[in-house]
Amino acid sequence: MKMKLQDHMLVPKHELLSKEEAEEVLKVLNVRKEQLPKIRADDPIAKEIGAKPGDIVRIVRDSPTAGKSVVYRLVI
Amino acid sequence: MIPKRVSSIKFEVLSPQEVRRMSVAKIITPETYDDDGFPIEGGLMDTRLGVIDPGLKCRTCGAKAGECPGHFGHIELAAPVIHVGYAKLIGKLLNATCRECGRILLKNEKRDKFIAEIEKSRELGQDFEDIVKEVFRVTKGIKKCPHCETEQMEVKFDKPTFFYENEHRLTPKDVRERLEKIPDDDLPAFGMDPKAVRPEWLVLTVLPVPPVTVRPSIILETGQRSEDDLTHKLVDIIRINQRFMENKEAGAPQLILEDLWELLQYHVTTYLDNEVSGIPPARHRSGRPLKTLAQRLKGKEGRFRGSLSGKRVNFSARTVISPDPNLSINEVGVPLVVAEELTVPIYVTDKNVEEAREYIMRTEHPKANYVIRPDGRRIRVMDSNREELAEKLEPGWIVERQLKDGDIVLFNRQPSLHRMSIMAHYVRVLPYKTFRLNPAVCPPYNADFDGDEMNLHVPQSLEAQAEAKILMTVQEQILSPRFGGPIIGGIHDHISGLYLLTRGEKNFTKEEVMSIIRPLNITKLPEPKYDDMWTGKQIFSMILPDITIEFKAEICQNCEECKGEECENDAYVVIRDGELITGTIDEKAVGAFKGIIIDEIMRKFGSEETRKFIDNMTQLAIRAIMNAGFSFGISDEDIPDDAKKQIRDLIKEAERKVDELIQAYREGNLEPMPGRTVEETLEMRIMQVLGRARDQAGKIASQFLGMDNPAVIMAVSGARGSMLNLTQMAACIGQQSVRGERIGRGYTYSNRTLPHFTPGDLGAEARGFVKSSYKDGLTPVEFFFHAVGGREGLVDTAVRTSQSGYLQRRLINALQDLKVDYDGTIREQTSNMLVQFRYGEDGVDPMKSFRGKAVDVKRIIREVMAEEGKEV
Repeated sequence: MKMKLQDHMLVPKHELLSKEEAEEVLKVLNVRKEQLPKIRADDPIAKEIGAKPGDIVRIVRDSPTAGKSVVYRLVI
Repeated sequence: MIPKRVSSIKFEVLSPQEVRRMSVAKIITPETYDDDGFPIEGGLMDTRLGVIDPGLKCRTCGAKAGECPGHFGHIELAAPVIHVGYAKLIGKLLNATCRECGRILLKNEKRDKFIAEIEKSRELGQDFEDIVKEVFRVTKGIKKCPHCETEQMEVKFDKPTFFYENEHRLTPKDVRERLEKIPDDDLPAFGMDPKAVRPEWLVLTVLPVPPVTVRPSIILETGQRSEDDLTHKLVDIIRINQRFMENKEAGAPQLILEDLWELLQYHVTTYLDNEVSGIPPARHRSGRPLKTLAQRLKGKEGRFRGSLSGKRVNFSARTVISPDPNLSINEVGVPLVVAEELTVPIYVTDKNVEEAREYIMRTEHPKANYVIRPDGRRIRVMDSNREELAEKLEPGWIVERQLKDGDIVLFNRQPSLHRMSIMAHYVRVLPYKTFRLNPAVCPPYNADFDGDEMNLHVPQSLEAQAEAKILMTVQEQILSPRFGGPIIGGIHDHISGLYLLTRGEKNFTKEEVMSIIRPLNITKLPEPKYDDMWTGKQIFSMILPDITIEFKAEICQNCEECKGEECENDAYVVIRDGELITGTIDEKAVGAFKGIIIDEIMRKFGSEETRKFIDNMTQLAIRAIMNAGFSFGISDEDIPDDAKKQIRDLIKEAERKVDELIQAYREGNLEPMPGRTVEETLEMRIMQVLGRARDQAGKIASQFLGMDNPAVIMAVSGARGSMLNLTQMAACIGQQSVRGERIGRGYTYSNRTLPHFTPGDLGAEARGFVKSSYKDGLTPVEFFFHAVGGREGLVDTAVRTSQSGYLQRRLINALQDLKVDYDGTIREQTSNMLVQFRYGEDGVDPMKSFRGKAVDVKRIIREVMAEEGKEV
């Protein structure tokens, strides 16, 4: 039985955005998809949440300065 | 316009055809000028190669001197010569190919495997040097050509340009013939592209002659022409070349020809590089070695590091710095001689034409040095043309007037590690020859006055001046973006002075008060606290703006329970409505990097008020320290004999404990600490015992030194030095260490540090414990150990600075084109790629943060409560 990566304390929360959510995020940030940081589709965490190239992943991690920090990555 | 982009650069080797094709003239005669001083045709100064003398026209492009970029010529060499720069490669190629058929000494399949490997690396943009090296290594070992079965002989390369095969010398001609035979198909295996370089091109048959503009001759005061070093060298080459040709045509004996050939080789070699090992450098008549092609490029002053990466700058000055506490922190003292040389442009308009005219007419200090006409001509203002220029002056001209009081300049000290290393100051023209600055701005520059030099730059455009004034002035840099606190504040005597002034309830008569506050702009004295006597705290309050804060001072003893305002040490500072109620002002209050009061004023009143406070504070502190009198001498670290005896006993006791530990270790009774060996445990215990002994010795010493000792005052107030320094001076220096361990190196085979000890001695004395104090002096053995420990410190700093410097350089290069966008995201400048979704994840500007925190909650609570009129 394989352990879920998300359950590990060092792995921040990753979630796949729906099409509408993704568009909303891009609009708010005023960027094209390609300008986002990337995550590879064969990254173990991307595989786990079932991200496909072209999707956008939201990552929420704890931050020493801001408490919580939200970033987005484009799956390639 | 979209700028053109260089997508790639490729370097190739010039082929003889290429050299001839780009040449505009064949150079045949070593003469340069004829009797009339006119360049000889076919000589090195041929006007087809470009012109440098004014008045002449280039015969190739028709342009005048200064406009013609110059054109290459060529020399046909009578015999081929080896190019020094390629000699090593030639040697490798000769050994990797067959001496008969010229093929690579590998079977085709094996060669193709290597070629494929190289091609793959190249495609991936990786280094293929190693594969090529491997090819040369493999082929060198092969004794028989796999293609024509010829036995191979080893070609020995003799630096710099000679090749031997079986003691038989290969002439450059032989070498060239062999290289010619190498087929194009084999070259990729050596990492060479046959289109870019044919191996025989590495042996020169034609020499390109650089344009005269590259090697201009200079005319000395005597009217004599002095040629460039390159021209001299080319003359030598042509001379020998001609002699060789003449001798060959005359059928001279082989021996003479060979000598001449070698001489030609020597001249061409030194022409390319005059610092080749193995041959004497070509010298000028005066004995100075010539500066030839390689020397022009190489080294710190060479073309790359000297001319391209670094350039010189106008409107700048550099000199030694010295302190002047009478200047504002915003000012810099500029020597008159410097101010007379540096200029600020006045762009003449209808409105300032009269003012500009006045500068032209002046004959001393703030006068005009140059005027620039609208056509760009620069005219020096002199006695002879002053009136004429003043009359002609009209809008559109530029008058360069000398630097004067109130001008804005940039001031810099290297290394420029952070943005506070370059700050804008207002000029104060002063006598003498050093730049003067307020000692309170030393911390951001990391400057002291032991001979430091600093640079000064004068912004020329109005935009630059405005930016400097608004963004770069010292007062705008008081808060550091590094930690969100003040980086400018009192140092050394400022802190001692205010400490002496504000400690306890010192009383001052009216005369004393007046003499202390004399340099300050104070018009009204407060009511005296005692009849006709003012306290130091009252005097300090005179310069305080209306602030209310409470904090623990640097001298705070960290008592178990803080008594607040009732602190016995006067270490709890309370400032209420700009009045110092209790507490002593020390480093924590006004020091650089700490300065809570400075921080508070900056946040409440802004930079202008803070600047005034720092200016006043430094002046007040200096008057206060002069009023009290402050000095430090060797007798200030005297302690009574009684104390000395106590310290001696203490150390003796510690040494006894160490011996006991060693005894226990030897008998195997020492209990190891968890996770450590017995040896490690012993070392740690010994260090512990000795460390404690030193601390206790220090405590005893400080008991006898007392709080009014100047060294103690400096240490506790944070002005300079520490209690540890004092301990080492008065009581005991303590354990010397290398890499955090007691000194154990020395005679490894007998396991002792010095011959004074028995082998294996682990005692305190034998392993670098120094029980003397600096004042008592060290024994020779102690001195030796102290030097060992001191050396480590020196090496450490040397290594650390270079390492951290390189680290910083890499960081800067990696981050240089990131910027904070208007929406708070971090983006890459050109591609607009997102790097951070919010600056620092919280979007806080550290300079405007409160010591790194986004909000100062305490402060907000205090302010809100104050508004509602409640006590906190």
